[in-house]
Amino acid sequence: MKTIRIGAGAGYSGDRIPPAAELAEKGDLDYLVFECLAERTIALAQLERSKDARLGFDPLLRDRMEAVLLACAGRGVKIITNMGAANPQAAGQEIIRIARELGLDRLKVAVVQGDDVLPGLQDQNLTLLESGAPLQSLGSTVWSANVYLGAEALVRALRLGADVVITGRVADPALFLAPLIHEFDWSMSDWQKMGQGTVVGHLLECAGQVTGGYFADPGYRDVPDLANLGFPLAEVSADGSAVITKVAGSGGCVTTATCAAQLLYEVENPASYLQPDVVADFSGVTLTQVGPDRVRIEGAQGHQRPPTLKVTVGYRDGFIGEGQISYAGLGAEARGRLALDVLKQRLEASDIEALDSRYELIGVNAMHGEALSAGHTPYEVRARVALRVATLKEAERVANEVEAMYLNGPAGGGGVTKSVREVIAAASTLVPRELVQTSITMMEL
Amino acid sequence: MLLREIAHTRTGDKGNRSIISVIAYDLKDFPAIERAVTAERVRAYYADTVKGEVERYVVPHLGALNFVLHDALGGGVTRSLALDAHGKCLSSAILGMTIE
Repeated sequence: MKTIRIGAGAGYSGDRIPPAAELAEKGDLDYLVFECLAERTIALAQLERSKDARLGFDPLLRDRMEAVLLACAGRGVKIITNMGAANPQAAGQEIIRIARELGLDRLKVAVVQGDDVLPGLQDQNLTLLESGAPLQSLGSTVWSANVYLGAEALVRALRLGADVVITGRVADPALFLAPLIHEFDWSMSDWQKMGQGTVVGHLLECAGQVTGGYFADPGYRDVPDLANLGFPLAEVSADGSAVITKVAGSGGCVTTATCAAQLLYEVENPASYLQPDVVADFSGVTLTQVGPDRVRIEGAQGHQRPPTLKVTVGYRDGFIGEGQISYAGLGAEARGRLALDVLKQRLEASDIEALDSRYELIGVNAMHGEALSAGHTPYEVRARVALRVATLKEAERVANEVEAMYLNGPAGGGGVTKSVREVIAAASTLVPRELVQTSITMMEL
Repeated sequence: MLLREIAHTRTGDKGNRSIISVIAYDLKDFPAIERAVTAERVRAYYADTVKGEVERYVVPHLGALNFVLHDALGGGVTRSLALDAHGKCLSSAILGMTIE
């Protein structure tokens, strides 16, 4: 019986590259998928593109392609990725350039576009999901708007014979669902198959998080050879059932526990996981350990896809000014608290308008507040102040106030760091499917 | 007994919501976890962090509870002032909850 082997080469934009190369060389793969777009990554990429029209795709695209392209081309492994970010066209050209430099003599790259829905979006009468406010209320701060595409255009690209499919915003599981639809000729209205393909994609999309990353807790959850954590691959059957595993000899582990943790990761209602291609139901999924580092996954269901598609809107939302300073030894916590009091008085007395603020001690209460952290006496603390403000100038003044604690604060303050950054925030809205048009550009070497 | 002895946890985020999974190592411990780790208790436990409601979803055959903590991430990952804007560290805190 035919099985398709799909590997996950990245779980986010900055992810490690050696495990991807290991998969390309030793995974005996049919497909290698790189998922590299978090919620606001495209908005940040759009900023890059506005500075230089040749940029706006994933900054590690070149490093990743140089690490895997020869191995993939030589073995017939097809690559699917959203590393196109805000500029899939330029990313496609870059891949062709890299292929030529590596000495390949043929490569077909499909550029899938259509996720950028910014032009004209504000003319639609749309509501922001988080605040309930109209999209128009964001006015000229809106910087990017990208719809989560489904698998359909990716499947078309594969049918055109693409060796590499590069795109921008696509629902993460769809990057994995597309090759399954293509290889097994699944009907896209077979909701059960769409649900099962989605669960496979969901388990793979964060790469190392299903093979023992984000899991180890010494003495409770020990993970072998975490330093050489391998990335996962799935062996998928035509009925959509799959075995999650990894390259033999790589670090990490694949167990029912690592899979259960990833199955529920960022899923709100397990019975209703909304995707562009299906409303997936993970509530009946079963996980079975069928061998060392081999977990069988089956039993997902699906219901008819939603009539709308989700759009992530990136908008400019002021600046954050931040500073940190350390205190150590006897009385460290008291001096840290005094430093925060002083900074609060100084900043509140200034004309800086804080839209939001945090005053906290790293090592004491910065993570979970006072209640959960009570009763510990730390050897060292780090006072941290962060304010959201409207202007860059104000943000710089916040950071400088913290730095000035060297000379103007409690005894023994050291190791100041300052940061000032513009906030590119993300909000969501829903658009009717009819509004979205996809296109494919084939580039050939 | 602490929850840490019988369960593992993982946190994810969606906008301004934190999603925390609590999963039994052994299915035999799940009824105790299901009784003890209620939405109300989770809400109270994270009182300094969570400003909104807490929903709980139950997946009995996986021994899993999935909590959705609304208004928990300081306005959302992209605009939060928190050091841990994603709330990744939240899952470790709940392991200190006591279970009968």
